[in-house]
Amino acid sequence: MTTTVPVLTVEELAVQFRTGREIVRAVNGASFAVHKGEMTAVLGESGSGKSVTATAIMRLLQSPPALVSGGVIRFEGTDILDLTEHAWRKMLGAKIGMVLQDALTALNPVYPVGKQISEVFRVHGERNRRVAYDKTIALMERVGIPDPVTRAEDYPHQFSGGMRQRVMIAMAIALQPTLLIADEPTTALDVTVQAQIMDLITGISREFGMAVLLITHDIGVVMDYADHVAVMYAGRVVESGRVGEVLRHPLHPYTKALLRSAPQALAKGSRLNPILGTPPDMANPPSGCSFHPRCPSATELCRAVAPPRYVTEARLAECHYAETADEYA
Amino acid sequence: MNMLETPVAAEPILQIRGLTKQFTGRGGFRIGQSPIIKAIDGISFDVFAGQTVGLVGESGCGKSTTVRTILRLEEPTAGQTLFRGENIYDMNAIEMKRLRRRIQVVFQDPYASLNPRMTVEAIISEPWTIHSDVVPRERRRDRVRELLESVGLRAAHADRYPHQFSGGQLQRIGIARALALEPEVLILDEPVSALDVSVQAQVINLLEDIQRKMNLAYIFIAHDLSIVRHVSDQVAVMYLGKIVEFGAQQQLYDAPRHPYTRALLSAEPRVSVDGPRHERILLKGEIPSPARPPSGCRFRTRCWKATTLCAEVAPPLNELDPGRLVACHFPEPMSA
Amino acid sequence: MTTPSIAADAESVSIRRSVPIWLLLWRDKPALVAAFWLLLIVACVFVGHPLFVDDAAVVNLSARNAAPGFEHGFLNLLGADPLGRPLLPRLIVGARNTVMVAGSVVVIALTAGGILGMLAGYLGGIVNTVIMRFADLLSSFPSLLLALIVLYVLEPSVANLILVLAITRTAIYLRVTRAEVLELRERVFVDAARALGGSNAHILYKHISPMVLPTLGTILTIDFASVMLSESALSFLGIGIQPPEVTWGLMVSQGRNYLASAWWLAFFPGLAIMLTALSANLLSSWIRTVNDPTQRWRLEAPAKPRTKE
Repeated sequence: MTTTVPVLTVEELAVQFRTGREIVRAVNGASFAVHKGEMTAVLGESGSGKSVTATAIMRLLQSPPALVSGGVIRFEGTDILDLTEHAWRKMLGAKIGMVLQDALTALNPVYPVGKQISEVFRVHGERNRRVAYDKTIALMERVGIPDPVTRAEDYPHQFSGGMRQRVMIAMAIALQPTLLIADEPTTALDVTVQAQIMDLITGISREFGMAVLLITHDIGVVMDYADHVAVMYAGRVVESGRVGEVLRHPLHPYTKALLRSAPQALAKGSRLNPILGTPPDMANPPSGCSFHPRCPSATELCRAVAPPRYVTEARLAECHYAETADEYA
Repeated sequence: MNMLETPVAAEPILQIRGLTKQFTGRGGFRIGQSPIIKAIDGISFDVFAGQTVGLVGESGCGKSTTVRTILRLEEPTAGQTLFRGENIYDMNAIEMKRLRRRIQVVFQDPYASLNPRMTVEAIISEPWTIHSDVVPRERRRDRVRELLESVGLRAAHADRYPHQFSGGQLQRIGIARALALEPEVLILDEPVSALDVSVQAQVINLLEDIQRKMNLAYIFIAHDLSIVRHVSDQVAVMYLGKIVEFGAQQQLYDAPRHPYTRALLSAEPRVSVDGPRHERILLKGEIPSPARPPSGCRFRTRCWKATTLCAEVAPPLNELDPGRLVACHFPEPMSA
Repeated sequence: MTTPSIAADAESVSIRRSVPIWLLLWRDKPALVAAFWLLLIVACVFVGHPLFVDDAAVVNLSARNAAPGFEHGFLNLLGADPLGRPLLPRLIVGARNTVMVAGSVVVIALTAGGILGMLAGYLGGIVNTVIMRFADLLSSFPSLLLALIVLYVLEPSVANLILVLAITRTAIYLRVTRAEVLELRERVFVDAARALGGSNAHILYKHISPMVLPTLGTILTIDFASVMLSESALSFLGIGIQPPEVTWGLMVSQGRNYLASAWWLAFFPGLAIMLTALSANLLSSWIRTVNDPTQRWRLEAPAKPRTKE
């Protein structure tokens, strides 16, 4: 329900990369919100700016060459970009959990897994080692790691990809955070394991009322698991709203084209519908609407003027013709 | 394009028979705990000119090993690959080199399969430096331009380096290189997995156009079921080194007979809100290590129907219907 | 055959406005200074040597062990040796021999070690075993001892000196090359070349060696300094460069006895060796950064980090 105060709001975020003589505006006005107990997905392809957005929210950008040049990121009302390193680190783990794409590089290879999970408890105040250990075992069971007592002594490389992701999830949710940020958590996993992991995340979200921010390029995952979606293209959020509505009645031509281009139950021999052209060069973005070179319904107006935001209740689309698209919905 | 009937064309251009490859511990495999790993075990299927066989499966199923063995980048432990009736593993070095003109490959990751220090022109003409009788030296520059244009790039791109291109464009370059020797069989090892969805469609369309134009036989490997479905005439589903189901694409997707196929199809997230959707089956557990496959039927540890029979006897590939093979003691019923 | 959808993709290829080389060098101040020093050395080798070769040999007993200064004229700015020969011209003249000897040694060692290492790493099996045992043999001899024995038995000519030093240094290039090749041969583009029908020779020449060369180049620059010092030790023992030919190493050795009384005799040639080795290192590090597309941005971006606006 969008009437409640969101847990995380991103307002007009802008991130630049300065290399040599050019400025690349990787993110150029991204706005979305994540609510308690719900999953908001940021959907985009490579070059859309979704990964940079996630990295900016997690305060992991490398400056230089990156630079947050505008916008506000609020977590439970606090501007997190303004926090000191110390205050931020306290918040991390306790209130915000992160699950990244590649567990193998995120976990320390020389410590057993159980120790790394316990560390989360100990760093945030649990002095009693026994208690931390018990909590760790219970946590490992909750995330579906079989035989946790033995497995807690194993090292990350002894786990399969799916199991390692469960370990990461365990570490992320250990302190029952308010928000979970998942940056492409299942991209590297097999399809059957992907389903298990996504089910786990949504299960936990429902159990604790945890908000989830999911960064992904996979439309199917968005469709099956997310409540809200923000579609990014060329550094901007071009459409957002509840998943069912956006995907059933997309207002933005990019969203429409994206949905149409996925191979579906079409027989061999019929052509797919790709999106013509390639994503724009963010060092030299197109004039006007950044999607116009590839848009099948682009007009002179689109080339000349950047599109306004068309906003209706809980829906947003940046297109000159969004309103008319809506009429036909 | 015949989708529903089994191919009636003449002889298959490529026949894979009982292909088996064993690794001993170290060597190319990361799982170093067990001495012997049977990466693929008894793989058999036929490929016809102008048709596509899709190979689908998750990690550890042996897709990559199958590709490498068919290309003879690895020697098989057992089995044959017959190109127009001749077993390629019996060929000597000269015959093998000549064969390589006929069977080519496009790899998954275009950033890794193209040498970053070579220009596009050098990359595409490399095959001709190896097989110097295919294109005379004077013609090579022109031929590079022709190939670039046939894959939808421009002649001007010949002087650029790989890092200046996007993933989709790089994959086109990889395809152009594979076509340089005018092969008859093209093996596509997850050619679009590393690309964005919107770009995948472009490259798939291109591959289909090329197949139609040159009557190429394709072996298309992927883990994405919807893509395999779109491009294939026939599909082989692999699990832990064996083919568990094989059949014409339409039938296999409408009515999967092997439990694994059913689970795989159901796990695939749907891509259209109102699209068809199989009821979600969540498999328990993980894919076992190829170094220690379960006894009997390899899928039994995750199968909801497994019985003691499954643990004792490995089910053979049975032809349930003409052209439809399933390796299961208790295959799913016909109705979807 | 190209449908509009495909042709549209042909459009954009990113063309980064390229930053000129001198600007990249300017951004890396240490490398800039290093480049200047090496340029100076090159000038000494080609221009300095013929210019000062006579002055370097002039014996002037009134200026024996003269201290650095202007008393005996400009040429004696850095002092003079026990025979009164001015140090500055000797340094300039000595540059040529030093660079030539050390340079030849490292190039030969790199070539021999590189080729053997590639064969061992790529072909494996018996070839690998034989070559590695040979490398072990080379490594197990103390290099100076080996040099001593060989040069004592044969005559201590410049060619023999270069040869024996090269032999002692081959092993390191061999091992490093082999290690890199072991990793490179698993890469996909090697598979791609094999699938095209490329022979081993083709792959080694066209794909593997260009990728191994940068690492070997870095080792070469580090090794250069070592060789200069080894040559100096041998010259000191009398079996290296024979007078009246002069190298910096020989000058260091000759100055060893006068460290307390005429420190400049050993100091300036030693300083020259150090600066040259350091410069070679810095410049090679810069070249690596420039040639690596993933690191190059560090030089292309402006040096000063900016704070949040």
